[in-house]
Amino acid sequence: MGEVIVITSGKGGVGKTTTTANIGTGLAAQGKKVVLIDTDIGLRNLDVVMGLENRIVYDLVDVTQGNCRLKQALIKDKRFEGLFLLPAAQTKDKNAVSADDMKKLCEELREEFDYIIVDCPAGIEQGFKNAIAGADRAIVVTTPEVSAVRDADRIIGLLEANNLKRPKLVINRLRADMVKRGDMMNIDDMIDILAIELLGVVPEDEQIVISTNKGEPAVLDMNSQAGQAYRNITKRVMNQEVPLLNLDYETGIVKKLKRLLGLKG
Amino acid sequence: MIDFLRNILGKEAPRSKNIAKERLQLVLVHDRANISPHLLEDLKEDLIRVITNYMEIDENALEVQLNNDDQSVALVANIPVIKMKRDYQDLRA
Repeated sequence: MGEVIVITSGKGGVGKTTTTANIGTGLAAQGKKVVLIDTDIGLRNLDVVMGLENRIVYDLVDVTQGNCRLKQALIKDKRFEGLFLLPAAQTKDKNAVSADDMKKLCEELREEFDYIIVDCPAGIEQGFKNAIAGADRAIVVTTPEVSAVRDADRIIGLLEANNLKRPKLVINRLRADMVKRGDMMNIDDMIDILAIELLGVVPEDEQIVISTNKGEPAVLDMNSQAGQAYRNITKRVMNQEVPLLNLDYETGIVKKLKRLLGLKG
Repeated sequence: MIDFLRNILGKEAPRSKNIAKERLQLVLVHDRANISPHLLEDLKEDLIRVITNYMEIDENALEVQLNNDDQSVALVANIPVIKMKRDYQDLRA
């Protein structure tokens, strides 16, 4: 029996879709059978981040309305045998999918997949409620900004009210240089405020833009720090213990100098 | 080293992350205090149950609300007492 995990944030633009694509691809790279569901109807994006936009025939609404069989709408990934995408509808009515539809769909997918990763739309309206309807657990994505953290707090409250207890936090786009000079909230600040368990921290990394440009999730890029962060997050999703990445931006020379002077880097 | 330089250059302005954290903590106190009327009703009923062990109160005039001001959130209850209960025995006396 597979597990349904919803990726959510409240605020838009903090990296829900990128996180979904990378965790999903990461799990598939670990040999798991994974399906990604884009529930952001009208604002479909997971397909382009995954580089699968040219293969779409049917979508989520086609499945729930019975225009096609579920199997027909699942798009097979280019890279991994066990990875599939169920894209959102781009042109149909936002209310075409109900919470019950999502529950039924998740139940069906559970039979065949190890992980069902649901990419949630921004906001707290019906689209959010639908996306979380069939989920077993939730991952909340935030960035180190007051607006994103505030919305994350609201989402955590709503998840818990909907019986998704103990969601876990992904802090995205952390800049170690800004944290170091005290101009960005650090990990402890955010954990302190939101009072939930940390799943992982993804540093700000140009490679994310580049990999999204290409439609290749960064988790597969062995040279990218964000990719390493996502590989670690993936393992933690699989309940393996992995230490946090050391996000130290200092160059080797500075470090050596500090050590010489007896200052800890 | 950086701290040392800062000390020489005089007192520094508060770092912006501390401002962010303080502002967030404050705004979340208010956000989280947005509780449902349902919760407030349940709280009222529980309060009545406890207080009537000790005194007779005017249940219809009872008011319970959350007050937000700039710095804090307070639970304010206005509970008119009709009379004290005679049969209360102070066991510790």
